Amino acid sequence: MERKRSKRKERLDRSIKVRTEGLYALSSWQEMLYLIFPRAFLISILLILPLILPLYWKRVLCASGIYALLALGFDFLSEYVGLVCLGGAFFIGCGGYISGLLNHYLHWHPFLCIPIGTIGGAIISTLIFIPSLRLRGIYFAIISFMFPLFAVYIIIALSIFGGTEGISALDIMPNEWFEQYIILGGALVSLFALRRLVNEDIGLILRGIKDNDQAVRASGINITEYKIKAVLIASTIGCFGGACITHLYGWLGISLFAMDFSILPIAATVMGGMGTLVGPVIGAFILTPLSEILRGFGQLRVVIYCLILIAFIVYKPEGLMNYLQRKYHQFERWEEV
Amino acid sequence: MAEIIIYGTVNSVIFALIALGFTLVYGVSRVPNFAHGSIYVLAGFLTWTFVNDLKLNYLISIVLSLIIASVLGLIIYRFVLIRLRGIPTSEIIASFAVGLIILEGLRMQGIAGFKGFIGPFYMLNPFIEGKIKIAGIFIDYQRLIIIGAGILLVGILWLFTHYTKTGLSMRAIAQDEQAAMMLGINSDRMATIVLSIGSALSGLAAVIILPLGNITAEAGYKVLIYALAVCIIGGLGSWAGAILASFVIGFAMKISTALFGAMWESVVLVGTIIVILLFRPSGLLGRQKELEERV
Amino acid sequence: MENNKIILEVKGVSKSFGGVKAVEDVSLYLKRGEVLGIIGPNGSGKTTLVNLITGFLRPDSGKINFKGIDITGKSPHKIANMGLTRTFQIMRPYHSLSAYKNLIIPLNAPRVRESRSGKFGDTDAVAIDILEELGFERDARVPYKSAGTLPLGYLKRLELGRCLALKPELIICDEIFSGLSMSEITTLIPLLERLQIQGLTLIMIEHRLRELFRLADRVCVLNFGKLIAEGDPQRVIEDPKVKEAYWGKEREKKRWGY
Repeated sequence: MERKRSKRKERLDRSIKVRTEGLYALSSWQEMLYLIFPRAFLISILLILPLILPLYWKRVLCASGIYALLALGFDFLSEYVGLVCLGGAFFIGCGGYISGLLNHYLHWHPFLCIPIGTIGGAIISTLIFIPSLRLRGIYFAIISFMFPLFAVYIIIALSIFGGTEGISALDIMPNEWFEQYIILGGALVSLFALRRLVNEDIGLILRGIKDNDQAVRASGINITEYKIKAVLIASTIGCFGGACITHLYGWLGISLFAMDFSILPIAATVMGGMGTLVGPVIGAFILTPLSEILRGFGQLRVVIYCLILIAFIVYKPEGLMNYLQRKYHQFERWEEV
Repeated sequence: MAEIIIYGTVNSVIFALIALGFTLVYGVSRVPNFAHGSIYVLAGFLTWTFVNDLKLNYLISIVLSLIIASVLGLIIYRFVLIRLRGIPTSEIIASFAVGLIILEGLRMQGIAGFKGFIGPFYMLNPFIEGKIKIAGIFIDYQRLIIIGAGILLVGILWLFTHYTKTGLSMRAIAQDEQAAMMLGINSDRMATIVLSIGSALSGLAAVIILPLGNITAEAGYKVLIYALAVCIIGGLGSWAGAILASFVIGFAMKISTALFGAMWESVVLVGTIIVILLFRPSGLLGRQKELEERV
Repeated sequence: MENNKIILEVKGVSKSFGGVKAVEDVSLYLKRGEVLGIIGPNGSGKTTLVNLITGFLRPDSGKINFKGIDITGKSPHKIANMGLTRTFQIMRPYHSLSAYKNLIIPLNAPRVRESRSGKFGDTDAVAIDILEELGFERDARVPYKSAGTLPLGYLKRLELGRCLALKPELIICDEIFSGLSMSEITTLIPLLERLQIQGLTLIMIEHRLRELFRLADRVCVLNFGKLIAEGDPQRVIEDPKVKEAYWGKEREKKRWGY
C-alpha cells in the first residue's frame, strides 16, 4: 500500500547563526557583522532620526521614546517576572508630578528635578504596589489598573497638586537636541541594560518566578523581595519617562495619568513581540506616529490600537520581533515525511 | 443617622449589583472580564437608544439590551477569550482591549452621523417617579427599587445555583475545576454560559442604577474599578464575599462622606483596599488561599 | 553524640480543608543521618504533610521543630534557608532555561551566598559541578540543554540538584522514583546512598516499596491522614493495619476468593 506523502515545515538555524555561537563569532568579519548589524541598525536609526526630521516629528519622536520606555517596562514585568502592569500611566504620573512639583515649588533646575523625580517616583510607586506583590499576578494587574484612575479621582477630589487644571509654566528642557537625545538615549540604555539583566542571576531568578514560583520559594529565595526589585526597575524606567514629559511640555496635570499611557505600551508590546524587549521599542516607534496620523479621528485611535492588540494577541501572539528574529536566524523548508 | 443607614444600604446594593456579575464570571471560569464596565455602559446606552431613537416601550428596550449584552458576552468569550484560556496575561489584556473598544467607540464623535456619547443629555427615566418618606428621610422610589432588585437578584441567584443543573455545575467548577470536568461538566460551555449571564447581570445593574443619574462613558471605568475593588475586598470568586464587601465599602464611603465630606470617598476606598491586601490578602471571605500559597 | 540528635520533630500536626481532614494528629521524629520512609495509599495525606513541614501550608494545630527551632508556619523560603529542602512531585523545571541555569536560582539563596561570601561570578561553574556529580555528562553538553527537553530521569536528578545547591541538612523527596525506568532507578539509588553517607538526612515519600526499603532505616505509614504504623520496614509491612490500608479488610479478601 502506498504511504501518502505529506509535507511538513522544518525550521533550521542558518549556518551563519551556528557559526556565530560563542567565541566563534570573532572569527571573521562576516560573522561579526551578522551579530552586530541588527543592533547597530537600530541604534543608528534612533540616533540619526532627530537630525533629519522636521520639528513636528521631533516631538513625535520624543513621545515615541517615552512610550518605548513604558513598553520596555511592561514587557520586562509581564514576560520576565509574570506581572501584568495595566497601569503604566501610574509611573508617568508619579515621575511627572514629583519632578514638576519640585520645579514649581522649589524652583529647582530640571537637571535636578528629573533624576529626583525618577527615583522618588519609582520608590513611591513601588511602595504602593507592594501590598499586591505577595499575591498572584492577577492582583498586581488589577491594582495597577486601578491606581492611575484612583490617583486622578483623588487629585480632583482633594484639589491638590493643581487639581483639574494642573500646573503650567514649568521649566522646559534647555535645548531641543538635549530633550530628544536624553529620551532616546534613555530608551536605548534601558533596552540594553534590561537585555543584560535578564541573563544575570537576578534576571534568572525573576524568570524562575514567572515559570514556577513555588520551586523558587522552595529554593530559599524570598520571591516578594525579588518582585519588589523588578517593580522598582520597571518603575524607574517609567518615572524617568514621566519626568521627561513634564519638562518637555512645561506642564503637569491629570492627563499624565491618562489611559493612553497604559494602553499604547501594551499594544506596542503585543505587536512588537512579547518577551523580546526590542519588539516593544519598535512597536512604540511604529504605533506612536500612527496615532499622530490618526489624531484627526479622535477616540477612534484607541479603538484602532485595541483592534490591533486583539488581532495580534489572538492570531499572531508571537509578534513582529519574534517573527523577524525567526526569519533572520532560521530558514524554513518543506520536507517530505 | 437614619439617612446614613438608608443611603448606605442603597450604596451597598449598588456595589453588589455591579460586582456580582464580575465575581460570578471569575469564580466559575477564572477569567477576569475587564470588559465588565463597558458592557454596563453599553447596556445603558442601548436602552436609551431604543427608548428615545426607536421609540420602543421601556420594558422591551430593557429586555432587548439585556439580551444583546449577554450575546455580546458570549461572542467575547467564543471569539477572543477562548483562545487565551489559561494565559491570564493575555486574558486580561484582551478583555480589557475589548472593553476599551466599546467604551471609546461610544465616545467617538462625528463618524457616520453617530454623534457619540458626550454630554449630560443621556438619561434614563426612573421606573417610578416620585419619592416616599421613610423615617423622616425622603427617598426616591428608584432607590427603593434598587434595594428590592438587589434582594431579588441575590435570591434568584441563590436558587439558580442551588437548584438548577446549570447552576450546580457552576458551583462545582467554582470549587474544583478538574473534579467537575471529570464528572462530565464541560468547562468551556460553562464558561460561555457564565460569561453571558455575567454580562446580562452587568446590563441589569446598568438599567436599574443609571436612572439615578446620567449615562457617561467614564462610568465604564468607574464601574470596573468598583467591581474590582469589591472583589478584592470580598475575595475573588466568592459570591458571599462580594455582598459582604459591598456593604463594607458602601457604608464606609457614606460614613466618611458624612464625617469628612464627599471628597474623601476615593481615599477611603483606596485605603480599604490597601488595608485588606496587607492584612487579609485573599479577601474577607476569600476561599482562594491558593492565590497566596499554591501547592 | 552529635549524630544521634533529633533533627526534625513533628508533634500533633493537623490540617483540614473544608470538611476534609487531610492530616490528623500526626507525630514523628527524625534523627540526623537517618532515612525515613513515608508510605501510604494515595490520598493519605503524604504530600500535605510535606507541605506542612516545608511551610507551604500552615497547620491548623501542632508544632514542627527543625534543629530545635520552631518552624511551624514559617514561609517556605525561610525554612529552605535553614537547610530543609524538598523536591516536587509534579516536575516543572524552568523550561525556558538551560539545565544548569535552573540551579543558579537556588545558588542565589541567602544560605548559599553567605557561605560563598566574596566569590562572585562562579555560580555557573558551581552549578555545572553539581550537575556533573549527579551524572549529567558534561562532555555531551547535557547541562546546557534546555530543561524542557530533558527526559524524566534527568529531571528528577535536576530536582535533587536544586535541593543540593542549597547545601541542605535534610531533603524531603516526594515520590522521586515515580515514573522512572528500572535503569534510571538503579543510577539514582547509589546517589542517594552516597548522600546519606555524606551525612544528609532524608525523608522519602514513595510508592515503590522495594526500592525504598533498600534505603530506609525506618518507615511511617499514613492512611486517611492518620499515622497508623511506624518502625522497622519489615515489621511495618507485616502489621495488619498496614495491610488493611493497602489491601482492604480480611473479610473482603475472602470474599474475592483470596
